[in-house]
Amino acid sequence: MGETHLVHDKQVRRRRAVLAVLVGVSLILLTAYFGESTNSPLHTIQRGVVEVLSPIQEGASKALKPVGNIAGWVSSTLHAKSQVDKLRAQVQRLDVQLAQAQQQAIEYPQLVKQVGLDNNGLGAYRLVGAHVIGQDPTLWYDQIEIDKGSQDGVQKDDPVTGDGALVGKVSFVDPTVSEVTLITDHTFGVAAEVQDGVGDRGVLVPAVGSPNQLLLQDLTQTGPFHEAAGQLVVTDGFSDGPLIDLYPPGVPIGIVSNANQDTLVNSGEVQVSPVADLRHLDDVQILTRPHAGTESASLP
Amino acid sequence: MSDWVRLAVRLSALAFVIVVLQEAAVSQVTIFGVSADLTPLVVMSVGLLAGSMAGALVGFGIGLLVDVVLVQTLGVTSLLYIAIGYGSGRLRELRDPAHGLVPVALGAAATAFAGLGMTVIQFLLGVDAPVSLLLIQQVFVTVLVNTLLALPVYALVRRIIRPVLPDDPRRRRRRAYTTGGLSPLQRPSERLGQIPRSSL
Repeated sequence: MGETHLVHDKQVRRRRAVLAVLVGVSLILLTAYFGESTNSPLHTIQRGVVEVLSPIQEGASKALKPVGNIAGWVSSTLHAKSQVDKLRAQVQRLDVQLAQAQQQAIEYPQLVKQVGLDNNGLGAYRLVGAHVIGQDPTLWYDQIEIDKGSQDGVQKDDPVTGDGALVGKVSFVDPTVSEVTLITDHTFGVAAEVQDGVGDRGVLVPAVGSPNQLLLQDLTQTGPFHEAAGQLVVTDGFSDGPLIDLYPPGVPIGIVSNANQDTLVNSGEVQVSPVADLRHLDDVQILTRPHAGTESASLP
Repeated sequence: MSDWVRLAVRLSALAFVIVVLQEAAVSQVTIFGVSADLTPLVVMSVGLLAGSMAGALVGFGIGLLVDVVLVQTLGVTSLLYIAIGYGSGRLRELRDPAHGLVPVALGAAATAFAGLGMTVIQFLLGVDAPVSLLLIQQVFVTVLVNTLLALPVYALVRRIIRPVLPDDPRRRRRRAYTTGGLSPLQRPSERLGQIPRSSL
């Protein structure tokens, strides 16, 4: 009987010891990782493991693509039905804008010659196509993993586009794999311009409390606000001496989804919905060369 | 090769495959606007089938692998998954639940714990967003989706590890049925000795 007790006690002690060790190791890792720089040993090991696992992830991603496509198709069909009316109204509005744009396109080259602007746009960049091989299912880390790295010319802070719009920037690079921080990540901010006829500018940041929404803040008011729902928001691409924006000008980011006049007057901000469907990105393009300046501005 | 070694090999392979599958495929498929998260379900299933120690170890391993693969803060997911694995294991050791829907309830609880626990830890680490009804909505919908997947995932995990489980609960119950009672280790009266009549 006593022997049974001893065995039981030993099992309990061993179980508690294992639990304590595991919790302790987790807490040590958490504390050490959180306080370390990106060149620390833990980060280096993490990068090494990611480098080793990325081909496997890439293979699994490609192999399971048909399954994902079927599920995505069902989900998209259900979503599309609810979008029909909204998109019809948008098409009508865009037709009007297209007519205006075509007129402006005729005038633009003449004006460029007159003013002497040198707007390189995306044509100056080397575009590298990449496949999304990993994504976090939670809202906490707005990051995706792609199958291109420094071997393909990708550098940290290179802008990334997808689904016809800006989706983020490269935040971590390894030789064959990179991590992209999406525009809805809480660390993200980009100078943006509203295509409202007068080109009001501001800083586009994620809306705290609404992970799929963005906020265009600090709008420069040169007169009455012209913002209205449906207007396109694009990158500003400013350049001020040696300080060059990370993003080229004119890349679509989002569409004004709510331009409440009270909020505009009081806070100078409008709500913006991303153009790209950030939860269903399969392929993206990285804008490499010319790379942005090494100096970067941070938001307060 | 002993049962424990074979179990460890199978659990390691299962952990690796499930993390790769989750991050490379499952997380890119959205159902009702959210992605299913199979990892807490696997940890719960292992705990429920193999006990608290195996559950905690697999929880730690899967959590660490998730953090590494997604280049996240190491230790956050491990901490949560250790609790899920250990908790499920203790439930099995203390209650030995036999009802077929236990994995469903436990899957929902594990997913809710992982979602809310992640929220709390992110707050403690000072992450500045997102805090909203949408977050609660996402956790809620993920719990619903995972609840639907809990039973198939449990069945799959059971199929993989049952042949090498040293102390399979089903086998134990079958033995109890055929021998007319539980083993001496499971019988409180024998473990504690004869209860004196005076204390009754």
